[in-house]
Amino acid sequence: MIDFEPSEEQQLIVETVRQFAANEIRPVARDCEESGKLPDGVLAHAHELGLVSNALPEAQGGGGERSAVTAALVAEELAWGDLAIALAVLSPGLVALPLADFGSDAQRAEHLPRYLGESYVPGSLALVEPRFGSDPFRPAATARRDGDGFVLDGRKCLVPWQDGDDVVLVVAAEEDGGAAGFLVPRGQEGLGATPERNMGIRALPTVELGLDGVRVPASARVALDVAALVTRGRVALAAMGVGVARAAFETARDYAKEREAFGAPIATKQAIAFKLADMAIEIDAARLLAWEAAWRLDRGEDALREATLAYDQVRRVALQAADGAVQVLGGHGYIRDYLPEMHLRNARGFAAFEALALT
Amino acid sequence: MPISFEPTENTRLAREHFRKIAQEQMRPVSRKYDEQEHDLPREWVDWYWKNGRGAAPRVDGPADGMVQVCVQAEELCWGDAGLYLRTPSAALGGAAVAAAGTPEQKERFLASFRSDGHPVWGAMAITEPSAGSDAAAIQTTATADGDEYVLNGTKIFCTAGEGASQVEGGFVVVWATLDKSAGRAGIKSFVVPAGTPGMKLVGCEKKLGIRASDTATLVFEDCRVPKENLLGSAEVKKRDAGAKGGKSSTKGFKGAMATFDATRPIVAAMAVGVGQAALDYVVEALAAEGVTVRYDAPPEQLTAVERDLMRMEAELQAARLLTWRAAAMMNRGQANNLEASMAKAKAGLAVTEITQKAVELLGPPGYSCRHLVEKWMRDAKINDIYEGTQQINQLIVARRILDYPSSMLR
Repeated sequence: MIDFEPSEEQQLIVETVRQFAANEIRPVARDCEESGKLPDGVLAHAHELGLVSNALPEAQGGGGERSAVTAALVAEELAWGDLAIALAVLSPGLVALPLADFGSDAQRAEHLPRYLGESYVPGSLALVEPRFGSDPFRPAATARRDGDGFVLDGRKCLVPWQDGDDVVLVVAAEEDGGAAGFLVPRGQEGLGATPERNMGIRALPTVELGLDGVRVPASARVALDVAALVTRGRVALAAMGVGVARAAFETARDYAKEREAFGAPIATKQAIAFKLADMAIEIDAARLLAWEAAWRLDRGEDALREATLAYDQVRRVALQAADGAVQVLGGHGYIRDYLPEMHLRNARGFAAFEALALT
Repeated sequence: MPISFEPTENTRLAREHFRKIAQEQMRPVSRKYDEQEHDLPREWVDWYWKNGRGAAPRVDGPADGMVQVCVQAEELCWGDAGLYLRTPSAALGGAAVAAAGTPEQKERFLASFRSDGHPVWGAMAITEPSAGSDAAAIQTTATADGDEYVLNGTKIFCTAGEGASQVEGGFVVVWATLDKSAGRAGIKSFVVPAGTPGMKLVGCEKKLGIRASDTATLVFEDCRVPKENLLGSAEVKKRDAGAKGGKSSTKGFKGAMATFDATRPIVAAMAVGVGQAALDYVVEALAAEGVTVRYDAPPEQLTAVERDLMRMEAELQAARLLTWRAAAMMNRGQANNLEASMAKAKAGLAVTEITQKAVELLGPPGYSCRHLVEKWMRDAKINDIYEGTQQINQLIVARRILDYPSSMLR
């Protein structure tokens, strides 16, 4: 039966995460962005909420409650708080979820418990490449068989690179034309990590990764399905884009009701009010597209088309909402005392992101 | 109920049922009645009256309620939006009677729609030459005279107005004011049976699209209806300056406006049906030329046509999902004023753009009257205008999200 109301359990989760985002993420978001540093205490608390571990398999101590719809709900709320911090909170899933889906028993046993312990351990996935036309389905980075192991070559970018873990999951093309994942120790010879500076999400440390004849054993290979990985990434990112858009919209709405011009709040002018109405409509529509794709994933269906359309739509909607928010705030939207300029820089990032979060 | 995008078995059956009707009964005469603008589409009207009124096949199990109603409207408008509006049914007039009528009124006015007699139509007459979106500004008057009300005024853009005013057994629900000095509170709706003396059909509009639909101008000159034909209360609660009762004094008008919360999702669904028709046609035509969307290609490698198609698909589905959400909220008994307007605003504009893009993508065949795409573009545009223009729905959405009364945002 067609319905759009989250379950009671989901509503509880959403309420919890919404409070967390409002009370803990939002207050530190601007400082984190300016300083380029993540808030350790907030990440530790987020870990206690079990937002990633709940979705991991019970066999390794996870909650065993994987749901892309729930993940989308959570991702939106976190991203509403702050996109960079949200990406960090969910980063353990960048390694843990692909291993849960595609890892061998041995890989799961070795790696998953790390993300299920007492303290927060970040994850790192290298998929995107620093070139025009970066194609997640057909990476330019290569994995060549060499004896009983592999040799990796190529370059990656937008790789989350927080301290606290010593492995990165690298996606590379194999000689048969397909692609696979490879678990690479961060200190491995031939692996060079150069810190990046991006237009937005500055609180999240990311690196450009050079792979220069990096040698890994056969046991490091993860037989992952890139299409499935990208699909799950697009659903997560679509939901996060909705969160960014909603944050921008709400900031603009609240400002428009406060700010007076010509003797009345600017929200009483149709030029402003209609812009806000359009934002609200587009955000709600985009959210439903993201949910539909997530719902398909939960039913075990292929959702590449739906996820791609949702992500494509969200990219536009988030950018327009953020730009609209800057415009509604006028000069105040352009200065860094207010959030919309950050929302605008973050929203544009979805054009470059791919699998920076997973469901 | 969790979040679910899966229709019930009954809705699935209804979709198949109405798609078949659209395909077999509507499409073959679609062009004919686009061209023969004011002719009665006999094939469709007679077929529907004889065979189409029966319910869709169903199984023992849950239904999607209002969502299923939207699916039906979508499928029939996938067939032909103009013919859909010409379907012999009580339509919006029926919605008004069902919403505000007494059991006696429902029986009296709606029985003919269930009978075995000839086809009949219902209609709603609100718009006037100088009052469209501002429905509170209507000038048509109703004056009590003994056991009757006497109506005077002119109504335009009355969908199905020819059939409803001329064919015995049908009726027009007319909005008129009992007391101009009372503003909105004076506005009431009156059921005027077809053929009532004083109700005159002036003619039907020549339109951009939905040409199979009879969009009538009706003039009321001392048109008398029994007092029992008033829908709702006759009491005019004047705004009492300084009193707290200001809000309740407009309840009658607001109640009438509230029927839009039920009809806007249906109009949005109608729009989606037209958009789906155009999109299906384009996707098929381009596939025949070897052009298909690669969802697994990086954006930089997509062609302009692929990007257009992706955008059209996303926009159409976005409109459909907003529509279903507004409908699903009705199923839950939740207020959906905001969501109904969101759906209508989104669907009206999205489908206008989708169908215009469809003509563009097809090039000369898209522009040619040998195919239906150009017709769907003309048909689609009305969805951005009637049942609340894009701008009126934006206004409603804006008031709701800002929590402003209409006095603060005009």
